[in-house]
Amino acid sequence: MGGARVLLIEKGPDILSGASKANSAILHTGFDAPPESLELACIQAGHAEYLEIAPRLNLPLLETGALLVAWTESDLDKLDEIVAQAHANGVGDVVRLSAEDIRRREPGLAPTLLGGVSVPREYLIDPWSAPLAYVQQAMAHGTAVLRGAAVTGGAFDGRVWHIETTQGAVSARYMLNCAGLYGDRVEELMLGDASFNIRPRKGQFVVFDKAASRLLNAILLPVPSERTKGIVITRTVFGNLLVGPTAEEQEDRVHADVDTATLEMLVAAAVARIPALGTMPVTALYAGLRPATEQKYYRIRHEPARNWVTVGGIRSTGLSAALGLAQHVFNLWEGGAGLVPPAAVSWPPVPNLSDYAPRDWQADDHGEIVCHCEMVTRREIEASFQSALPPGDFGGLKRRTRACMGRCQGFYCSARLAELTGDRGIGPFGEGLTRDA
Amino acid sequence: MTHEMLGAEYDVVVVGGGTAGLAAAAELRRRDVGRVLVLEREEEAGGIPRHCAHPPFGVREYGRLMTGPSYARLNVARALASGAEIRTGVTAVALKPDGLIALATPHGLAEVRGRRVLLCLGAREMPRSARLIGGSRPRGVINTGALQSAVNLKHIKPFEAPLILGTELVSLSAILTCRHAGIRPVAMIEPAAKPIARWPLTLFPRIAGVPLYLGASLHAIEGESRVRRAVVRLADGHVRYFDCDGILLTGGFTPESAVLRLSNLAIDPGTGGPVTDSFGRCSDASYFAAGNLLRPVETSGWCWREGKRMAALIAEELASGLPDTARMVTVTSANPVRYAVPQRVLAGDSAGTALQLRVSRHCTGTLSASQGGHVLVSRRGDFRPERRILLQLPPGLAASTPIEIALS
Ligand SMILES: Cc1cc2nc3c(=O)[nH]c(=O)nc-3n(C[C@H](O)[C@H](O)[C@H](O)COP(=O)(O)OP(=O)(O)OC[C@H]3O[C@@H](n4cnc5c(N)ncnc54)[C@H](O)[C@@H]3O)c2cc1C
Ligand SMILES: Cc1cc2nc3c(=O)[nH]c(=O)nc-3n(C[C@H](O)[C@H](O)[C@H](O)COP(=O)(O)OP(=O)(O)OC[C@H]3O[C@@H](n4cnc5c(N)ncnc54)[C@H](O)[C@@H]3O)c2cc1C
Repeated sequence: MGGARVLLIEKGPDILSGASKANSAILHTGFDAPPESLELACIQAGHAEYLEIAPRLNLPLLETGALLVAWTESDLDKLDEIVAQAHANGVGDVVRLSAEDIRRREPGLAPTLLGGVSVPREYLIDPWSAPLAYVQQAMAHGTAVLRGAAVTGGAFDGRVWHIETTQGAVSARYMLNCAGLYGDRVEELMLGDASFNIRPRKGQFVVFDKAASRLLNAILLPVPSERTKGIVITRTVFGNLLVGPTAEEQEDRVHADVDTATLEMLVAAAVARIPALGTMPVTALYAGLRPATEQKYYRIRHEPARNWVTVGGIRSTGLSAALGLAQHVFNLWEGGAGLVPPAAVSWPPVPNLSDYAPRDWQADDHGEIVCHCEMVTRREIEASFQSALPPGDFGGLKRRTRACMGRCQGFYCSARLAELTGDRGIGPFGEGLTRDA
Repeated sequence: MTHEMLGAEYDVVVVGGGTAGLAAAAELRRRDVGRVLVLEREEEAGGIPRHCAHPPFGVREYGRLMTGPSYARLNVARALASGAEIRTGVTAVALKPDGLIALATPHGLAEVRGRRVLLCLGAREMPRSARLIGGSRPRGVINTGALQSAVNLKHIKPFEAPLILGTELVSLSAILTCRHAGIRPVAMIEPAAKPIARWPLTLFPRIAGVPLYLGASLHAIEGESRVRRAVVRLADGHVRYFDCDGILLTGGFTPESAVLRLSNLAIDPGTGGPVTDSFGRCSDASYFAAGNLLRPVETSGWCWREGKRMAALIAEELASGLPDTARMVTVTSANPVRYAVPQRVLAGDSAGTALQLRVSRHCTGTLSASQGGHVLVSRRGDFRPERRILLQLPPGLAASTPIEIALS
């Protein structure tokens, strides 16, 4: 939007192939972010900008607020400090609540809770449609997206970056490294040294079926420990209830495996807090990798002499901070001095996938409901094929439409979906091995 | 958005055009119930048998051996011939009081009202997620239902060499489908020490060339874009890796009851289906239920007869009224009894109710129903999971005291 000609290089078959494919989908306020940090500033700028642009891009916002709930005396002892920290971070509407206050707001919670803190402006968003909307808006202003292209090397000649990718060479004046779990590797490749080391930190989740979403209003946050924000229980904009994430360090940057013992632990933890979850079916499992580093803060490396910026180590708040980070980086480049911003800004809307706003199946003449659990229409699926950035793989199709994301996980619709996706290579069965019959 | 009202009020709206729903519709009409409508969310009515391309279907219902698809077609034809209306591509999205149902149709939103509603939404196999199976999450981990729809309805092979989990009846159906499609399963595993189904399973997979591992559990799934191998813990504790390009999760049925849950009809945690009484009525008595929605899981023939039986009860209700729901006593069951259906039975009934039970694990012992410490009926036996167990309650049950089912 600053007027730059941009190329986005993505090694995965689709955008959101890395850390961004699996998160808790919370739009944070920064109430617990490191004081005076860049992270805090970017979260707050990102939060504000999201609220401003979401309606124009047709992005959902579920204004749930969050509750930090204390279940032990030692949790309770930390609450005042949390409130003070939130106020110091500029989140002035954070307040203490008594146990009775919380029980009244959240009748589904186990009555053993001791008290808590309310953070009114922690909200829920659609973690996949938001980045998709940002890219599509960029594309509407001339950005090109090269998918399935990994950066493999390159050099700066004093004026221009010559970048090698698995899909050929490109050149650009500036290079922005947002390689997430590979941020350090890309620095090494391009600059010869890495300013940090990625230490992936896995988070596993369990998703309960839609009926469970009635058991909770606010985002339920635990009182944090040193290493993580702990296990969250929250609704999603898709109408489910989510429990997670764990925080498990691993070497592997690719695989985000789930394991039965941890999943059982998550279910048990959720049931302990919301007893009625005990009879609710589980809909989905997933896990994501946080691009954590050896330090807590964001790893921004600005090399003006080499026209380089790394936005690295965006560990656990990147969905919220993304728009703020973008603004920050743009300012590092003197606010794009010399560029001519477009005369008119376009706002290409994304399809709504939130259950809390009208969906396509509720509109006239959608053709057919293909996925019955998530109520995905044929028109929505076909529209994704025709969109500016069509799905690059089955995950991309799921993220754009929610097909096969529900309680039956494809029992009913995967055959029909395979038929509709045809030979695009993005269907539920992979290569779609068609029999002659 | 339009809110069309589908026709005037129907006498009975049947939701779900599978085996139970279609059998019920035909029976309702045979009993002179006036306006009967069947709603089916798929493009075609018929239910699960539409994609079970093999016998045995129809033996008791029609006196001949049929494949699933021809059986489904016959059920549809009979319902239509009886004068019932069938609307396909229509999904019930909310069940409201007084038999008012919110619908999604291909053209937009609509509503329909039935003086009574019969829910026949069927059951499905549980996916990997509900079983909390670990590992990565590649494509190619599917249920028999998806396999059969893909192979038999769309002529698509989802994989070439899957590992099969489960030894229920449907697991054999899965092997038949694989063989028919030229898919070669690498192995079949079963966590229990014995096969679940009554068929000569120990023999059967070997005939089909599929090695069977009992006492073996699926520990994790590996693969990136698609399944690469399965990590299996064998009965002796050893871990064995099976190279495969898919995982076929068979059985592990659960009623398709989400719309009931979302509509606040009471759900039995044991079955995952609605709480019903001996007349098939749900917690909102304008709603009845039949077929595999009631409990996991029965054969098609059973569901067909159940549909017919509920139809007779609804016809009676419309003509002369059924006993007051306040006269029901609750049936509870304790582990290892997984569930008892129906969950509420009539006190003082002169006929007595047959309870359908399942156990959660293989056990030998005495199965009993008692009321306030008084044993109503008991029976010694060898009880296996997923096998049909019937327990006939005697007539004349006392009012207000719950009935307890136990196995010890
Ligand atoms: C469990 C979990 C829960 C979270 N919850 C929240 C939350 O509730 N709210 C919130 O705000 N944030 C949350 N986050 C954080 C957020 O998801 C991350 O901060 C964010 O996704 C990081 O985005 P990124 O763009 O830096 O990295 P990525 O999403 O990993 O993007 C990097 C991209 O670069 C590509 N790439 C890598 N190497 C190359 C190469 N050589 N050439 C070309 N392309 C390359 C990758 O394929 C990838 O697509 C959570 C994260 C996790 C894991
Ligand atoms: C893969 C598989 C294989 C099987 N193989 C056999 C076999 O070989 N032999 C056998 O005897 N049994 C078999 N069964 C058992 C099978 O469930 C029964 O045969 C029988 O189909 C049950 O009848 P039903 O009417 O209860 O359910 P179904 O036949 O499943 O019918 C339910 C119908 O309700 C519709 N529906 C659901 N929700 C809605 C809604 N909200 N609105 C509108 N319509 C809705 C569905 O689309 C479906 O058509 C198999 C089951 C499965 C899953």
